[in-house]
Amino acid sequence: MANGTHDGGSDHDGAPGKPLSDDAALSARLGRLDQRLSSLKDTRKSKADTDERQEQDASARASALARGFRLSSELVAGVAVGAAIGWGFDYLLSTSPWGLIVFFLLGFAAGVVNLMRVAGVVPDVQDRVKGPPRDQ
Amino acid sequence: MDPIHQFEIKNLFTIGTFGGHEIAFTNSAAYMVLAVVLTAALMLGGTAGRRLVPSRMQSMAELSYEFIADMLRSTAGEHGMKFFPLVFTIFMFVFVSNIVGIIPYTFTVSSHIIVTVALALLVFLTVIIYGLYKNGLKFFKLFVPHGIPMVILPLVVAIEIISFLSRPVSHSVRLFANMLAGHITLKVFASFITMLGALGIAGIAGAVLPLALTIALTALELLVAALQAYVFAILTCIYLNDAIHPGH
Repeated sequence: MANGTHDGGSDHDGAPGKPLSDDAALSARLGRLDQRLSSLKDTRKSKADTDERQEQDASARASALARGFRLSSELVAGVAVGAAIGWGFDYLLSTSPWGLIVFFLLGFAAGVVNLMRVAGVVPDVQDRVKGPPRDQ
Repeated sequence: MDPIHQFEIKNLFTIGTFGGHEIAFTNSAAYMVLAVVLTAALMLGGTAGRRLVPSRMQSMAELSYEFIADMLRSTAGEHGMKFFPLVFTIFMFVFVSNIVGIIPYTFTVSSHIIVTVALALLVFLTVIIYGLYKNGLKFFKLFVPHGIPMVILPLVVAIEIISFLSRPVSHSVRLFANMLAGHITLKVFASFITMLGALGIAGIAGAVLPLALTIALTALELLVAALQAYVFAILTCIYLNDAIHPGH
């Protein structure tokens, strides 16, 4: 595109003049992005790995049942606590049924957050801020 | 053949009355005392020799110390070691009572939710009280993550608070549900053996299958008993870490 207006060299030799620098900049940016992504991914992965190692060591990893119990109880606990808070809110302020509805949904969100933290899908907030996993 | 029968609480003797309520020494209390006595015997008996080359007992005592100490150091850091007595007590109590509960005709203390809730609330209140004592109002930073836009901050804080409050629930329900479900399953499969056995020759031949399953389930229950004690202890460590370093 720019090669026509830029310099009058032969078409395929002069072309890399300016576009080359653009390409270089682009590839450099892509490289940096790639690096950042991979480092982020590494952080997450290592975090998930350490969690895995801490919570279920070699003998324990066999027990998928325990892991299933753990994950499901996190979700259920979040929803149950949310519903309980909502019910209490309604009971005290007689705003039925709005408190129950709002806190039930919040509780569901909290349960999913718990679940994803336990599963190591999302890192804990402090890890994202500080960078490397804290417990090394 | 009632699979729930094993969880029945029986009064062994009455200690006294308090405010019109009977304070009784139950079979649950007896097994708690047994767990404490066994732990104390292992620890005191194991360390009494103080040998440089440990005997078997001393080796078990040292292993359990090292296990909990490593767990606490790796999750809560060196500061976490001040909570070592708490975590070690909780782990040994749950572990020993779970293991004792596997033995037929015994009572499993942690299959009652009131026991696990009491343990989980102990941890929960320790986290809150120590967190407030050590960090003051900075403890509440636990609920306010950095780098969240102002617009959704109230929502995130509400979710974080509910997530924090749900900890003792999941902490206690996990141990309780695992032990309860495991023991009921074991009982149900074991009762299949006697039911089939009553049907004559063909029934006895068929009863081999549930017998094999019961043996396999007993092994699994042994794993679950140890694993759940471990999970309970490591979650205690993770929660205590929040009290020590609430820096979000």
